[in-house]
Amino acid sequence: MDLDFTPEQDAFRAEARTWLHAHVPSAPLPSLETEEGFAVHRAWESELAADRWSVVSWPSAYGGRDADIVRWLVFEEEYYAAGAPGRVSQNGISLLAPTLFDHGTEEQRARVLPSMATGEVIWAQAWSEPEAGSDLASLRSRAVRTNGGWLLSGQKTWSSRAAFADRAFGLFRSEPDTPKPHQGLTYLMFDLRAPGVTVRPIGRLDGKPAFAELFLDEVFVPDEDVIGEPGQGWRIAMSTAGNERGLMLRSPGRFLASADRLLKLWQSQGGPEHARNHVADALIGARAYQLFTYAAASRFLQGETLGPESSLNKVFWSEYDIALHETALDLLGPEGELTQSDWSEGYVFSLAGPVYAGTNEIQRDIIAERLLGLPKGRR
Amino acid sequence: MRFLLDTEQHAFADTLNAMLTAADTPSVVRDWSRGEHASGRALWRRIAEAGVFALAVPEAYDGMGPLPVELTVVFVELGRHAVPGPLVETVAAAALLAALDDRAPAKRLLPALASGTSVATLATGPYTLDADMADVRLTLAAPAQALSARPAFEDKAPSGPKQGSGGGSPQDGTGRGGGGAASISGSAAGNSAPTELRLAPPPAGPPHLSLDPARRLFPTLRDGELLATVPHLTPALTWARLATAAQALGVGLALLDRTVTYVRQRTQFGVPIGSFQAVKHQLADAKIALEFARPLLFGAALTMTEQDVAAAKVTACEAAYATARTALQLHGAIGYTAEYDLSLWLTKARALRTAWGTPDECRAAVLSDGRRW
Repeated sequence: MDLDFTPEQDAFRAEARTWLHAHVPSAPLPSLETEEGFAVHRAWESELAADRWSVVSWPSAYGGRDADIVRWLVFEEEYYAAGAPGRVSQNGISLLAPTLFDHGTEEQRARVLPSMATGEVIWAQAWSEPEAGSDLASLRSRAVRTNGGWLLSGQKTWSSRAAFADRAFGLFRSEPDTPKPHQGLTYLMFDLRAPGVTVRPIGRLDGKPAFAELFLDEVFVPDEDVIGEPGQGWRIAMSTAGNERGLMLRSPGRFLASADRLLKLWQSQGGPEHARNHVADALIGARAYQLFTYAAASRFLQGETLGPESSLNKVFWSEYDIALHETALDLLGPEGELTQSDWSEGYVFSLAGPVYAGTNEIQRDIIAERLLGLPKGRR
Repeated sequence: MRFLLDTEQHAFADTLNAMLTAADTPSVVRDWSRGEHASGRALWRRIAEAGVFALAVPEAYDGMGPLPVELTVVFVELGRHAVPGPLVETVAAAALLAALDDRAPAKRLLPALASGTSVATLATGPYTLDADMADVRLTLAAPAQALSARPAFEDKAPSGPKQGSGGGSPQDGTGRGGGGAASISGSAAGNSAPTELRLAPPPAGPPHLSLDPARRLFPTLRDGELLATVPHLTPALTWARLATAAQALGVGLALLDRTVTYVRQRTQFGVPIGSFQAVKHQLADAKIALEFARPLLFGAALTMTEQDVAAAKVTACEAAYATARTALQLHGAIGYTAEYDLSLWLTKARALRTAWGTPDECRAAVLSDGRRW
């Protein structure tokens, strides 16, 4: 058992640090949940990609550096420690790309991944529907067979980043009368600007259009944009969900950097006694999450798959993130409620954490049933 | 980087777990709580034969340590089985003696601790755990206090110089010195004047009762043979906190395990209560808390920094205590009885929370060097 990095990993860390030091914008970019901010963040993705820093864990053929999971963690630690911008391509990189690596064709990977890596095409997820949230398998949007492809109809909602994104991916019901709801679903990619698509942005809590409703009216999707076999979408999507909840969505580097910012804020106020324990908890939580992830990465490297334990992860970081931001806002006192504060954007974003990527209620059910072996019951 | 226990370490844990399961530790605890130590002594020797105490003793003194990771593995199992006795104190005493400049006390005392023929306890506060049965009773106190033969709780003045701590500014890691059994403040570890280490005489009176019946607490005696003046308490405190954290994680894991078993069997409204979401989610939260304490604990065993160890201590103890609260709630009234064995773990979770550093003291220690990891 050790926590040591190899000389090669240290060299990789140094290389990333040097590059980030030279390239990270000196002032924070405008919120990526606005049209202006989205465009600037897209340009940042392109800058990252130009020196192959946008998708370090991908094969070099698609713009990556073939980094294993430890190097990916190292990169993320350096990335957030450098104060680098949020990743507008996150949904594509952490949700769609792993699915394509596991279930896509070589042709799809060659077509989709390079433009994802450069930010030229930004992807949105299209899972939830008005009547299908936690019970995602009850979704009703349809994919109907047509010549050379499928016609998508129905309504998707809470589609993150869809207000300004280019393309989307999601599940559609291709077989209407299956015995069980999670059968007969197909995983498809589609163009958000195709005929028949209407995107209606939704203002999140602070009014910024961070997500959108999608209305689909016989939107044509060619066969080449089906991932895996038609009807197998649920199984394919669940492997994506594991990625989302687990290692790839929230790296420890993000929280280590946030905890560091919080510590500095507290110290800049003279270290007020009343906040000491909350600040300590932010540091401890970031360290716990880092070490938990190192252990998970070690298991992954010896060939184990990450199963339901990714639900432990998701509940932990989502609650941790809110607590950390609440401590910051409390420390700010009268400034804490101002949307112009350095912590406001992060606070609003953190509030969504326990809801998206599978609500924390669903995660706790998974923990209880699959990790603790408790009997299934009515939800 | 490979942040996982290896096969041998897992096997060591499994062996110990099997041995302790067969030892019927709840009945040993019940004997112990009445001051009947024969079964506990026998168990202590078997634990020592498995090599446990040798892990804390350097090879120069007939041990095979110090091996903090292995010791952590072991203490999780000792906690899982609620083994009674001054386990943490023996380990901390070994670390303390091994770190002295004068090698004589270590030569004299450590080989018997490693072999398990001798049991040590160590007090830094008003109470000494298991002073009646321990063969080696170590007391750490500032010289002014050591001059007094009175128990520390009698001279606990509300103000005035004590433990040599500073003013308690936010970053200096000061906490309430000397509060609670076997507790020592972060400040005493860091910046106090040299402290005297004495070999205390046997206790004169009966023990105080702890909520945890396995913990028999005697007033600390501050006289006795002077063994050394100790400039740095940090090694002893670090080992004590690490071992306490590991023990607490084991206690929490046992509580979770027992409660999961219970809610699968107990039926109400015609179904196991474990099928109710309100029950599931409490247990899921306990699982999350314990599983995030575990990496902090083993990370601390690897680095042995004051910051990592304090983080592991507060996190493991709070996770165990939260699990105890859930265990009590989900067992209902039967969990509230002394007769039911669950009580042995429930009460230990409470006691370990403040042993060797309160939650506040540990959090202060996390912030003491003024930066994140």
